[in-house]
Amino acid sequence: MSLRRILALAFKEMLQVWRDPRSLAIALLMPLMQMVMLGYGVSLDIRHVPLCVFDQENSQASRAVVERFVASGWFAITAALDSNRAVSRAMDRASCIGAVVIPADFSRQLASTGTGPLQIVFDATDTNTTNIAMGYAQGVVALVTADLDARWTAARGIRPSGVGVVDLEPEVWFNEGLESRYFIIPGVVAVILALVGAQLTSLTVAREWERGTMEQLVSTPVTPFEVMAGKLLPYFLIGVIDAAFCLLAAIYWFGVPFRGSAGTLLLTTALFIVVVLAIGYLISVRVRSQLGASQVALLVTMLPTTLLSGYTFPIDQMPAPIRFLSLLVYPRYFVTILRAVFLKGSGLVELIGPVLGLVLYAVVVLWLAARAFRKRLD
Amino acid sequence: MPQATAAVVADGLSRRFGPVEAVREVSFAVAPGEIFGLVGPDGAGKTTILRMLAGVLSPDVGEIALDGIDVRAEPERAKLHLSYMPQRFGLYEDMTVAENIFFYATLFAVPGKERRARSAQLLAAAGLGEFGRRLAGQLSGGMKQKLGLVCALIHTPRVLLLDEPTTGVDPVSRRDFWAILYGLRESGVTILLSTAYMDEAERCSRLALLHEGRIRALDTPARLKQAMLGALLAVSGPDPRGLRDALVDAPGVLGLLLMGDRVHVRVDDAARRTPELRARLASTGHAPEDIVPIEPGIEDVFVALLGPGAPA
Repeated sequence: MSLRRILALAFKEMLQVWRDPRSLAIALLMPLMQMVMLGYGVSLDIRHVPLCVFDQENSQASRAVVERFVASGWFAITAALDSNRAVSRAMDRASCIGAVVIPADFSRQLASTGTGPLQIVFDATDTNTTNIAMGYAQGVVALVTADLDARWTAARGIRPSGVGVVDLEPEVWFNEGLESRYFIIPGVVAVILALVGAQLTSLTVAREWERGTMEQLVSTPVTPFEVMAGKLLPYFLIGVIDAAFCLLAAIYWFGVPFRGSAGTLLLTTALFIVVVLAIGYLISVRVRSQLGASQVALLVTMLPTTLLSGYTFPIDQMPAPIRFLSLLVYPRYFVTILRAVFLKGSGLVELIGPVLGLVLYAVVVLWLAARAFRKRLD
Repeated sequence: MPQATAAVVADGLSRRFGPVEAVREVSFAVAPGEIFGLVGPDGAGKTTILRMLAGVLSPDVGEIALDGIDVRAEPERAKLHLSYMPQRFGLYEDMTVAENIFFYATLFAVPGKERRARSAQLLAAAGLGEFGRRLAGQLSGGMKQKLGLVCALIHTPRVLLLDEPTTGVDPVSRRDFWAILYGLRESGVTILLSTAYMDEAERCSRLALLHEGRIRALDTPARLKQAMLGALLAVSGPDPRGLRDALVDAPGVLGLLLMGDRVHVRVDDAARRTPELRARLASTGHAPEDIVPIEPGIEDVFVALLGPGAPA
């Protein structure tokens, strides 16, 4: 191995990147654009769920129920309807995803039996939103019940005893405001680096085969390891700049609290960049055309990364075989690391598992890539 | 074959690509300081042979020795001593002349002082002295090929492999190119090149005439021409194609080759056939301006070898 040859290769690659300002601009601006799109586009918080009301009674009690729904902030009443047919039409047109139906004898039943029947219909096409909205609705109804309870006891001059009442004091750690953005943005950074990194290197070797420069290069005494090291070095620098852009945007633009140490962040990010660049390089070595390599890189990184990295879809909720499969999806380790470093302030010791996962990945992929590079045309 | 002292030995090389047998049982030995030419039509196997010698393509069968190094067993050691210039321009078009030279000098670990001296000398010889800062992609075809040669020679190789180095190169650059090659031969560098230009083939020390992957003849240009059967007549006239067509089945004619405004006619006996041909042409309305005996060129040898009636 010759350090001079590695540096000569790296310098050559650097010159070529520098002389191709369009690709350089894409390499540097793409992550920022994706950061904005994914950062704003992906949110699990659901607010102002559009709701219709079919109030058959229209009494003081029934209006109080509707007001509770509005006051909660989770729902927005889009229409007051007057028939069951109107309800189903509104759901069909998707002008609301749920309808509150209050029966005509709501107050009477409440007074006579102590239970007021209330119906909520949901359009469950989007199960995730429906689940969350149903949770919100139950919370609202609990408040309505509590109101009635308080009024009933007050009317009879009974003071609440507190006997037999369990008082839950919820306390949430690490993301006190329950902002889903804080949870998602670090994952978005990992996803972007995984996609962009593999794209960066997927072209380097394929380009040389296509342009005919590889035939001359492989006739020299350069070794496969030197070619790999020389080619990864410049893209490592670009990868670090991309990562810095994304992380700074996460902290200063999206306001995600950063509680960890910069050292842990830098070290783990550098490790992850090595892994993603090595994946792209391996693809570039195997697929000798630029278009093919770039598409394979997209295919190999896009789906597993978005679906199985755990950045939006929680891995613990997946069936066992898929969960097992996700162990192969290297971005999941970095998603875990970034979330922990950002929100919990974890250090390397706490993160030893995912860090070792990435180290193992880096070693195996680099070894495969160095072996896969043949100084042969056949 | 002078194997003990040979710089390059190819022994029984064969290589197929799927159903195509690109190279079949090719053997030759090249002495140090020789300029050895591979000549043949497209698809004859020239590029495949050079790639195998350069260690970038492995033969299916056969042995290659380069300065005594077994190329199949130790391709990387052999690569230290050879330079290979592919047919397609293999340098970086988005890098300048000087940057390309620097890159290849560093890959071969040429010390800085030697690199500067050699590159100045080679660039001057190639007429590229003023173009150090120009991007390789902005050079003319001839200048690109000369830059390729400069990069190939920056580390003093013992064997130089050139695949059609002067195809598409202007006459002035070709002259520069050959001047450098002759200079190298003086310093003992062994050169193997493929060419489609017959005038270049005649400048080689020895030639291998290739057809369909096989060597059909291998000798010095002079001896190849002597070995050609029969005699050669140049027939000229206003309609060379008509002349050729009129002579196709004339008695005693062994081969025909259209060469610009003349037709080269290979005959078994020049003295006997000259008046016969003149009479035949006159009777078909293609009266020739002139019929003269000429010395054969490599092209004629080639056609004689491959055309109808050629020795199998």
